[in-house]
Amino acid sequence: MKKESQIPETVLSLSDIPLKAVYTAKDLVGWNAQKDLGGPGEFPFTRGLYPDGYRKKLWTIRQFAGFGSAKETNQRFHFLLASGQTGLSTAFDLPTLMGYDSDHSRSEGEVGKCGVAIDSLADMEELYAGIRLDQISTSMTINGPAAIMFAFYVACAEKQGCRIRDLRGTLQNDILKEYIAQRTWIYPPEPSLRIIVDLIKFTTKKMPDFNPVSVSGYHIREAGSTAIQELAFTLMDGFTYVEECQKAGLKVDDFAPRISFFFNAHLDFFEEIAKYRAARRIWARYMKDVYKAKNPRSWWLRFHAQTAGVSLTEQQPENNIIRTAIEALSAVLGGCQSLHTNSLDETIALPSKLAAHIAVRTQQVLAYETGVANVVDPLGGSYYLEWLTNKMEEEAEIYFKKIRDFGGVVAAIEAGFYQKEISDAAERYQREVENKKRTVVGVNQFKMDKEIFNPPILEITRETERMQIKKIKAIRKRRNNSSVRRSLSALKKAASGRANLIPFIIDCAKAYATMGEIADTLREEFGEYIPPSIV
Amino acid sequence: MNKKIRILIAKPGLDGHDRGMNIVARAFRDSGMEVVYLGLHQTPEAIVRAAIEEDVDVIALSVLSGAHVTLFEKVLKLLKQEGICHILITGGGIISKKDQKYLSEMGVSRIFGPGTPVRESVQYIQSWFLREKKHE
Repeated sequence: MKKESQIPETVLSLSDIPLKAVYTAKDLVGWNAQKDLGGPGEFPFTRGLYPDGYRKKLWTIRQFAGFGSAKETNQRFHFLLASGQTGLSTAFDLPTLMGYDSDHSRSEGEVGKCGVAIDSLADMEELYAGIRLDQISTSMTINGPAAIMFAFYVACAEKQGCRIRDLRGTLQNDILKEYIAQRTWIYPPEPSLRIIVDLIKFTTKKMPDFNPVSVSGYHIREAGSTAIQELAFTLMDGFTYVEECQKAGLKVDDFAPRISFFFNAHLDFFEEIAKYRAARRIWARYMKDVYKAKNPRSWWLRFHAQTAGVSLTEQQPENNIIRTAIEALSAVLGGCQSLHTNSLDETIALPSKLAAHIAVRTQQVLAYETGVANVVDPLGGSYYLEWLTNKMEEEAEIYFKKIRDFGGVVAAIEAGFYQKEISDAAERYQREVENKKRTVVGVNQFKMDKEIFNPPILEITRETERMQIKKIKAIRKRRNNSSVRRSLSALKKAASGRANLIPFIIDCAKAYATMGEIADTLREEFGEYIPPSIV
Repeated sequence: MNKKIRILIAKPGLDGHDRGMNIVARAFRDSGMEVVYLGLHQTPEAIVRAAIEEDVDVIALSVLSGAHVTLFEKVLKLLKQEGICHILITGGGIISKKDQKYLSEMGVSRIFGPGTPVRESVQYIQSWFLREKKHE
């Protein structure tokens, strides 16, 4: 190392891809513009899903929000809608995400802390008060008990007088990436996958505009993976859902058009754009050639993007505005369908009103002032970007093979493959930051002794928890408890057989059974997931 | 100084963000400490029980969910009930300066926030250990 100080070090992308100083036509030997690129709106959709890009329809500005009680979050929703947000996205607290009621002992201290507490349909009614669910697309980030939250949502919409056919939105409902990275699971893989297939069957028939699964790479990336791993692991999860549905007797063209995706928008600008383009191309090819989908809609990879939480710094938090803006631009140039921009204060707390406001305005400046939405895939044909898109695809294929060799995603999870891959990558990155091989502005370079900006902090008090516990106790008294018991025992019976569980869960929701009661009913039948111990 | 530092690492509560915990656990192990890795989704009771059974010198908790005050308080209370005061309680996560101050008044030692180099926490624990063992 010492003697080589004269030789410039290899320049690596954020995903450790070695980069040359310049790319030319020579780097695209074997690349066929017609086959590998196509036009926008043409197979394999490298250049995007629509011939006119964002001209007819801009991406949806969809800010992930939720904290405290349903009432507080409802106020934040109204504030965001008034700011010009065009879609809703709901963040739930950890007890909700793990299927516990607010008064469960494991919920102590966690209620309303990193999202909104939803214990029953009653909370859902408050959460979306004044918002007609057939008028706006609604995303719900929940996985372990996704089907239960979906039931609350459907029951709430019906109470508002909506027809469920008219509901548009997305349920994250991607359990595989929970085992891989995000780690908010309840049940083991087999029953979890069964519930997901049940949900897909249900929405395929009854809710044609609803996305029952959002296959997510976001959390895999946040946990420390590289862009290549994010791409490969996410698509592989997507293939697994397709295969599970096919095994359950569904026809690919009946469900595939409603499978959606969720990616991270990280800092390495071109690498991220290449990742989105490669994702669309790989998905289109597999859906057409491997899974034999005939409907072009089945070939489409539609995705939501969120800027990278991990790229934000506690030091000099004002710099996070800039990071987020650049990450958001990569998602737009990569052709996202919807976008969340992080708030500058997210390494300190949940977004304050001011920080949430700046985040929405960031997207509006991009959309309306910079002209980046005027022309479709403006970087298409760049030697570097096309080479990098190819590279992403090649590397993803290597991972697909590795995972297949384990016997598929579930087997690879059980073998600890993902945990090791991701934590190795995370550790490598951390080492590079500490050795100053990677610069983090304000953290390992350009430091300041004293902050010049101290953002306001959103505080969530224990009062939320006290109120929430009072509320759930009141609901348990007020509701018709014999119909709760009836619906729960019908669900239990269904779970022990092969029936589709979704209508049973909706019945429980309508009877005001709580999240914990419904989740426990299924726990009794399915057990809980125990992760493999890693070394 | 031949005795190795024994450190328990866990995430109390329901939070699943284990990137930081895993990186720190490896760094502690690489620096020569004996790491008792409890991992995710631990209750304060399980943490204190393991700390006693494993006779650890340090408990390091990672919380990114906002539930840190409740969870740290519970761990401290349980340790007090057991009459234990020789264990260093430290940790990391998304914890505001105000809450860090509060926790420190409660008896938690340093909290390492985002952007802290891992070696800083290693050195902190090592020098605490040296000081502590001198008095013994």
